[in-house]
Amino acid sequence: MDIIVLLKQVPSTESMIEIDGDGVSIKPDGIKWVINPYDEFAVEEALRIREVHGGSVTIVSAGREKAAEAIRTALAMGADKGVLVADPALENCDGLGTATVLAKAVKELPHELIIAGQRAVDDDNFLVGAAVAEKLGMPLISMVFKEEVKDGKITCHKTVDGGSVVVEAALPVLFTTQRGLNEPRYASLPGIMKAKKKPLDTKSLADLGVNPAEVGDPKTKVVGLKTPPERTAGQMIEGESATEKAAALVRVLHEEAKVI
Amino acid sequence: MPNMILAIAEQTDGQFRKVTYEALSEGKKIASANGFELVAVVLGSNVAESAEALAQYGADRIIVADSPGLADFSSAAYVEVLCGLVEKEAPELVLFGASVQGKELSACLAARCDAALATDCIAIAWENGAAKATRPMYGGKVLADVQLEGSARMVSLRPNAMAIVRSEGAGAIEKIEVSEVDPPVKLIEKNMETGKIDLTEADAVVSGGRGMGGADYAVIEQLAEVLGGAVGASRAAVDEGWRPHADQVGQTGKVVSPNLYVACGISGAIQHLAGMSSAKVIVAINKDPEAPIFMKSDYGVVGDLFELVPAITEEINKIKS
Repeated sequence: MDIIVLLKQVPSTESMIEIDGDGVSIKPDGIKWVINPYDEFAVEEALRIREVHGGSVTIVSAGREKAAEAIRTALAMGADKGVLVADPALENCDGLGTATVLAKAVKELPHELIIAGQRAVDDDNFLVGAAVAEKLGMPLISMVFKEEVKDGKITCHKTVDGGSVVVEAALPVLFTTQRGLNEPRYASLPGIMKAKKKPLDTKSLADLGVNPAEVGDPKTKVVGLKTPPERTAGQMIEGESATEKAAALVRVLHEEAKVI
Repeated sequence: MPNMILAIAEQTDGQFRKVTYEALSEGKKIASANGFELVAVVLGSNVAESAEALAQYGADRIIVADSPGLADFSSAAYVEVLCGLVEKEAPELVLFGASVQGKELSACLAARCDAALATDCIAIAWENGAAKATRPMYGGKVLADVQLEGSARMVSLRPNAMAIVRSEGAGAIEKIEVSEVDPPVKLIEKNMETGKIDLTEADAVVSGGRGMGGADYAVIEQLAEVLGGAVGASRAAVDEGWRPHADQVGQTGKVVSPNLYVACGISGAIQHLAGMSSAKVIVAINKDPEAPIFMKSDYGVVGDLFELVPAITEEINKIKS
């Protein structure tokens, strides 16, 4: 089975995020760039499906040249090849622009299954996976924490508001990952060595036949970043015993904060 | 025909989610200031009767798509209906609640209609036709102002971010024809936790972390119950298998904005803080006086959570009786 994983390189969640002088981007200093954690689940799940059903795992990403590092990491985990769409026009594009580009790139590749993260932990948009499915006219199953592929069909357990459901669809399908799906493997040293020789194609928008104007003028544009109001240390509740402290806390919550 | 705002309601068995009322209230505010019409849209099966209640939140019209095929959420079926409505009604703005369902639906609809979308927003500014939404990014470490362009600009609203304001709308019910679609994704089984308050919509959240030392969350559950709130957990507790993934609060879990957040035995990793720092009041309970969580909390108590939390539950019970 030919599987495609959509992948984004993002700042690690431990990274401190500071706003750059232009007011709309973040300072690149000191940021550790990693595979988006939800995309890491996608890579791992693709490898597990390949172990059972054979076939190939192709990583597809759109962004800056630097994103090649994240693709290499996925190749070191065991994916077969990578495609990076890197183009200056992508700098300003929004989620729909990214989805347009990814959908074009995916169309050129054989695929029966596409796996994407439910969201990227940088822009938290929850958009690209769903939008790629929509643009390809492919069924979407979001927030999957367990799946099984059998006889040309996929059965997925997915998170919904207030619980979970089990759904089924005939392949091809695009599904997005939810925490709990798997525990992603680390790239082994031999894996890292092998990854260096695996194919990684870099493409421009022109290569895909996408007009830069189509994605370079986004309808959704970040016009300013600000830091949320800083929380500071408040009042420590003192007391001789747990009961005394509890009484003092409940009193302030009731009388001062008025939240009880 | 006046310009209009569509607010997509979300319901289960005729019960609307809190965030639906929040979206209607916010929609009404913008509609009133700009002379727009506010139109609620309800999709489901046998929902016409419950839909009438939305007039109390300012809906001038209530469009109802009632069909057995819409009983359970299916993005394919729902997008089909909504895309038709967007084309027909040509709204200025389409509002959703940023629930799991709302986020999927808004993403699919924005892609289908090629419309601007801002997800999980905490504020909307509408000035002379220019729309700007404010939304957290990087798990809440940064707030972004996002400009939306084009027609049918779409915004999903973070639960608990907007006030619910009652106002009387005409609320004329308008049923629309729905053509049956055969959704490609079939529902096989539902496993719902009935009676549980949704973490993102709860007024109070009590979370337990590594300091719980095990899967016994009884003290946390009891405090959550007396507060009428929900139980959350840190990533450490979820990774240990003490709590389900759905309970995780933090940058890679859920972001919550309750009135009261009580962090028990949670040290306060940056990813966890990102998930809860928009709570109105934060209380930290930890035996380590140096725990970083105290630096971000309105009230801190140093001590053993297994003694403190039950004592707090008892004190609240005293106030209530």
